Amino acid sequence: MSEILKPTPTGSQMLDHERVADQAQGNVARFDQQLSPIQRIHRILHSNPTAAPIMVLLLAIAAFSIIVGDRFLHPFNLSLVLQQVTIIGILGVAQTLIILTAGIDLSVGAIMVLTTVVMGRFAVEFGMPPALALLAGFAVGALAGAINGALVTRLKLPPFIVTLGTWNIFFALNLWYSKSETIRSQEIEAVAPLLQWTGHTVEFLGARLSYGSLMMVGLFVLIWYALNWTAWGRHVYATGDDPDAARLAGIRTDRILLSVYVVAGVVCAFAAWALIGRIGSVSPQAGYTANLDSITAVVIGGTSLFGGRGSIYGTLIGALVVGLFRNGLALSGVDVLWQEFTVGMLIIVAVGIDQWIRKVSS
Amino acid sequence: MDQEGVIMNRYEQTPVLQAKGLVKRYGRVTAIDNTDFELYPGEILAVIGDNGAGKSSLIKALSGALVPDAGEILVDGKATLFKNPLDARSQGIETVYQNLAVSPALNIADNLYLGREIRKPGILGRVFRMLDKKKMHEAARNKMSELGLLTIQNIGQAVETLSGGQRQGVAVARTAMFGSRVVIMDEPTAALGVKESRRVLNLIRQVRDKGLPVVLISHNMPHVFEVADRIHIHRLGKRIAVISPKTHSMSDAVAIMTGAMEPDQPGSLQA
Repeated sequence: MSEILKPTPTGSQMLDHERVADQAQGNVARFDQQLSPIQRIHRILHSNPTAAPIMVLLLAIAAFSIIVGDRFLHPFNLSLVLQQVTIIGILGVAQTLIILTAGIDLSVGAIMVLTTVVMGRFAVEFGMPPALALLAGFAVGALAGAINGALVTRLKLPPFIVTLGTWNIFFALNLWYSKSETIRSQEIEAVAPLLQWTGHTVEFLGARLSYGSLMMVGLFVLIWYALNWTAWGRHVYATGDDPDAARLAGIRTDRILLSVYVVAGVVCAFAAWALIGRIGSVSPQAGYTANLDSITAVVIGGTSLFGGRGSIYGTLIGALVVGLFRNGLALSGVDVLWQEFTVGMLIIVAVGIDQWIRKVSS
Repeated sequence: MDQEGVIMNRYEQTPVLQAKGLVKRYGRVTAIDNTDFELYPGEILAVIGDNGAGKSSLIKALSGALVPDAGEILVDGKATLFKNPLDARSQGIETVYQNLAVSPALNIADNLYLGREIRKPGILGRVFRMLDKKKMHEAARNKMSELGLLTIQNIGQAVETLSGGQRQGVAVARTAMFGSRVVIMDEPTAALGVKESRRVLNLIRQVRDKGLPVVLISHNMPHVFEVADRIHIHRLGKRIAVISPKTHSMSDAVAIMTGAMEPDQPGSLQA
């Protein structure tokens, strides 16, 4: 039996060997002198990772307005770009949330298309009130997100694998449920014009803004608020940054992850609504590459694939950069293949910048 | 004399945090082998032990990061079960983990309030769940300067831009801010320089003087002997002795810890 000491009056053993430390010079280490221009740029990018995409956006606008001329900067053309990036922008909102948690979602495009089919069939074939069909679509989006989230949090599978699997599964379900048939625009217009509401436009200073584009901007603002001004948002960042630290700090990281996937699924349903408005019809073949395009927008927007770093408005800028490059190159009369080439270059440069920012950090 | 009387009485009180017969096994490895633990009000209790002695497992059990297979944990004499760190925190037990457990990309104020953010009053907070960033930043800045920990200009700067000592300061400030019953610190000076260690040691004393008992896990014998009121020695998964720095020398402690000296050998405990 070991002896357990109980009471002795305390008194610390006095230790002298560190006493001189009090007289030590105060300025032991200072690192903030004489930054080279590169270090200064690094510091700016580190504290504000979206500075790079904003610069690219401004440079692209300047370059194309010189090459293409007034046609490019005309409000009508710019609002066209906005309409072209609407679907990818909305999916980018969903993708940003997932990537901030250090995940990736390959199934966003599939969720969107499956949701369009549900909305279309419920309204046109079952004659459901359009608002109810819309709600059913949102429920399907949330359910699809919840399936992804449950597989990631309960079975602890990597998000890449989970969503690679559900990407195929949701597409298969979509083909089965739609019988690979397109619901034509006129049929939808006849019974459920609400589904096409997102395609209608308002005139504003010569620009034609679609309700879908406005909805996209609204979603960006909403999610920006949630990420920056609510505890949930801080927890999303913390979970992606260092899940163990977040857990020890008392965050239920599994709940946060699950909620992120469900929210992403609901956002995909918004994208579905915007897609019906944009193309008018419901096609089970639409949007097959939308998942990759959404990842492109997020990455070019400066959000790190390693999680915890980035911003939602970066994604909007990323989507706009891609849209402006495609539009500008097309107006310059360049072959479509060079649009793809340029987007590929942008992705690599964006990820290169992200690695550089992270490497020299701290 | 009076003060000594107070200190003597301290050990007659109910321990603030107590463990009885804790066991934790990982497969065939026994990390905690039927160990006891007592922390009395207002004391600094150091926990020392060789690598692999099971200190960290014990601390994890006490802070809710690990659920023991057997035994019980008592808070103020009442048996409790910590299923996760939140349970321990809700009982006022705050821990600085060895790996710090801060989120590098978040700023100082965010880190201090991570998991218990303050919302704005009124409809903004209740309905829109808006955070009161201003209030959190102000409280964070006050706390950091009150603790004399930091010369950080900007409370909104990301923790990853701070030095090791400053990060430690953030982690320590968080426990000092929210700990209402017990503060546990796992190797708080391990990554620090001489001056920064000194500041953390002073901070530990400040916390104790405010009336919060502190559990200090450390490898650094001079630090342990400087601040501890009692020293809990862990060996092979269990408590083998509790000594006082007044009656024992550092070499005694090391000898007991490594098994070179039996703790109940005459002369080793009653000096």
